[in-house]
Amino acid sequence: MSAVATTYETVIGLEVHAQLLTRSKMFCGCPATFGARPNTQTCPVCLGMPGVLPVVNRRAVEFGIRTALAFGCRVNESCRFARKHYYYPDMPKNYQISQYEEPLAEDGFLEIDLEGGTRAIGIQRLHLEEDVGKLLHEGTLETAQASLVDFNRSGVPLMETVSRPDLQSPEEAAAYLRAFRSVLIFLGVCDGNMEEGSLRCDANVSIRPRGSTTLGTKVEIKNLNSFRNVQRALEFEVRRQAQALDSGERIVQETRLWEADRGYTRSMRSKEFAHDYRYFPEPDLVPLRIDRRWVEEIRASLPELPRAWRQRAVAQYGLPAYDAEVLTQSRALVDYYETALREWGGAAGAGTERPKILSNWIMSELLRVLSGDDERAIQSSPIPPRRLVGLLELIENSTISGKIAKDVFQKMFDSGEDARTIVERDGLTQVADEGALGHVIESVMAANPKAIEDYRRGKKEAKGALVGQVMKATRGKANPALVNRLLEAKLAQT
Amino acid sequence: MHRPIHELTDAYRRGDLKPTAVAEDYLARIGALDGKVGAYLTVMREHALDAARESEQRWRSGSPRGPLDGAPIAVKDVLCTAGVRTTCGSKMLERFVPPYDATTVERLRAAGAVLLGKTNMDEFAMGSSTEHSAYHPTHNPWDLTRVPGGSSGGSAAAVAGGLAAGSYGSDTGGSIRQPAAFCGVVGMKPTYGRVSRYGLIALASSLDQIGPFAQDVTDTALLLGAVAGHDPRDSTSIDAPVPDYTAELPKGVAGLTLGLPDEYFIDGMDPDIERAVRQAIEVLKGLGAKIERVSLPTTRHSLAAYYVILPAEASSNLARYDGVKYGLRVAGRDLVDMESRTRSAGFGAEVKRRIMLGTYALSAGYYDAYYGKAQSVRTLVRREFAAAFAKVDLIVAPTTPNIAFKHGEKEDPLSMYLNDVFTIPGNLSGIPGVSVPCGFSTAGLPIGLQVLGRPLDEARVLRAAYAYEQATSWRSRRPELA
Repeated sequence: MSAVATTYETVIGLEVHAQLLTRSKMFCGCPATFGARPNTQTCPVCLGMPGVLPVVNRRAVEFGIRTALAFGCRVNESCRFARKHYYYPDMPKNYQISQYEEPLAEDGFLEIDLEGGTRAIGIQRLHLEEDVGKLLHEGTLETAQASLVDFNRSGVPLMETVSRPDLQSPEEAAAYLRAFRSVLIFLGVCDGNMEEGSLRCDANVSIRPRGSTTLGTKVEIKNLNSFRNVQRALEFEVRRQAQALDSGERIVQETRLWEADRGYTRSMRSKEFAHDYRYFPEPDLVPLRIDRRWVEEIRASLPELPRAWRQRAVAQYGLPAYDAEVLTQSRALVDYYETALREWGGAAGAGTERPKILSNWIMSELLRVLSGDDERAIQSSPIPPRRLVGLLELIENSTISGKIAKDVFQKMFDSGEDARTIVERDGLTQVADEGALGHVIESVMAANPKAIEDYRRGKKEAKGALVGQVMKATRGKANPALVNRLLEAKLAQT
Repeated sequence: MHRPIHELTDAYRRGDLKPTAVAEDYLARIGALDGKVGAYLTVMREHALDAARESEQRWRSGSPRGPLDGAPIAVKDVLCTAGVRTTCGSKMLERFVPPYDATTVERLRAAGAVLLGKTNMDEFAMGSSTEHSAYHPTHNPWDLTRVPGGSSGGSAAAVAGGLAAGSYGSDTGGSIRQPAAFCGVVGMKPTYGRVSRYGLIALASSLDQIGPFAQDVTDTALLLGAVAGHDPRDSTSIDAPVPDYTAELPKGVAGLTLGLPDEYFIDGMDPDIERAVRQAIEVLKGLGAKIERVSLPTTRHSLAAYYVILPAEASSNLARYDGVKYGLRVAGRDLVDMESRTRSAGFGAEVKRRIMLGTYALSAGYYDAYYGKAQSVRTLVRREFAAAFAKVDLIVAPTTPNIAFKHGEKEDPLSMYLNDVFTIPGNLSGIPGVSVPCGFSTAGLPIGLQVLGRPLDEARVLRAAYAYEQATSWRSRRPELA
């Protein structure tokens, strides 16, 4: 790669298709939910039956505008839908209602944080369209004797966002996609699930001799269904193009398919066989006039976006950048964090250890049992923010030790009970009684003359073994700080 | 019983006539005579009798649903009917049974109309003679050797031949007005967007409009009023109140200015038509209308623009018929072979011709020269009408340049296309127009007078047609079928 990097410059643009989280489909009233039995969420409109007509889903337009505003795009006062023609059995009308010459929004950007600093990646356009159905082959595509079509997905709203060719490496492309996904999730317009196909990515990639001002021949790569695949496919493709140029070949403008299992891209169709989509304005829909007041209402309702939150979390709460990054996996997780912090003394908590303690507990415990990007799981966590704070308060006021707290956390998660109930019922309150602890320490010391001998000879780590014995004898309930202090005093006495 | 709907319902109200008797009479006539005419593709006998019985109950209990309750009506087979096969005149949809009603059909059922059946048409509404039905041609009740016009020829012939009291068709370039003129009935194309297109199998989406055929102008007003109005399922339908068209009819033409376009009297048109139309204008003048010459020079480019826009949209609308989901499927080696065989077998020659024309016109590199240019012409046509309507209230003209021709007479597609030269500008501009009978040729074949109006001004268009109709007696003449 380094040889490639010194000789050539990489130019990448991404096209991202996001399924919108509307209840109904783009042009009919059918549910847009994923996973139903095949062909149960269909009607004459999304089956493309004769004589039916599309009606635009207002909510999908709102989601498009919301996203456009988050990317600083210009929302056009008027946009229109167009028909894009190609024959494919998963597309019932054999044309897709999309947008072509007059998209919903244009000219925005997305800032991505890279090791070398921040870069703004241009967004050329954002438009709305309908998804197609799904083909199920009996056997593999090559050997199938029959194929079935599931039209549940047909007509689900899609938002296509095309970046400018501003991305300079596969890593940047992956970073862009991560940041993009995060914004969509924060806006609540897409669940960002790449495995289920709610977020799909195609890439246009070309390379050119370093310093050249003209663009090389671009190749489109399809089937990039995870961050890892985006990066791997692009790395492969950049290498392939460099090797081709090095050996005097020219790059063919074509569409290539990423074969994730085999780790290479293969040619799907060349420019000569490219589709002529025969776009023309959709006559069944009138141009969409976007009311300025509506746009301003949507703008006013935009949430704080992940990058802004991270910056604020670092500056205001003193969180490490890494923690802030982990917490912005989903809007639900950030909400969880913010709610917990507010419960735990709010502004008074700022400037203390609390923000970091809280993020530690979320990262090491909560995200051990729940997936951070699963909005619903976080929102319906058996340990809601208030209860987590209840647990942390018990540590803070020395009722229990941090070690015991981890056990209590698991019990809370399993039973749905609060921390105090569990601690009191199971007798987990920390032993902080100097008299009681003194007796335990004395008996531990009596049973371990060798350790005391070692300690006196200067082997200070022997004390740790004694602390461990005391903790064991109290089944972890002893206040570790108190044990240390008492033990040191007794060791000094004898 | 062969009388206008408003007279039938008057008789229902008085108790002189029963909807079941009328339905049975029409079904009997269809059984006896439609073998000659070929107006129907599907007769909905049981459905019609059920609907007539229900209507009779309502009339008997004094709660009819309105002026169409119990009216025996036919609809062009381009309109989807739930549970009743809808072929669009094509083999492609020979066994297609839609699970939904077109909005027009839904509104007719709600109005208590008795649907007699689905009428014949040129395949996918492409044609001007109803010879291009994949099933059988329809014959003109005035002369069975002649065509009824098209593409809604079945609907026009049904009304002319007394095989339906009224009917509906669709008009993309004249497909209601031209057959109405050929068959001597009233036919109206409303403003684009006045009647919902939901459930109308699309030919050219930006031009298609549903409208009625009737025995007289009063029925036309009733039939239009029953189906007009906004439909949330059609984004291009206009959200404007529907006036009571019948209430407007008696207002007359006194004081109205009627425009007479120079470009609608062309060389080569049938002299009988020119004579009849000029006489009709004299009649209107006599009723107090002012006549003024107007010029619509873009008319001569309309046909060319139309034959780019229509095939372009049709090629797109017809892409869905691929054998995958519904309709005809011809097995093949693989998917592409199946689709190709299905489309080869399912579509007739005229449909294929237009799909090819349209596909070409939309191709990369040709779009601007064809589709783009045609849309510019369309804008000019619209502006020209707007300018004319700034000076005049209505435009009067012949509906067609010729009378009903003989079957097989127009083999050449171009001479067939020329039939629509006076009706196409109304579709390109979206304005309403009606064809009302205005006489007969020397051979005894009907001639139509076309009245065009401003967008959404159907009331005034009908008013003029009504004034003319009431001043003349053409409608008393009927073809002899039996």
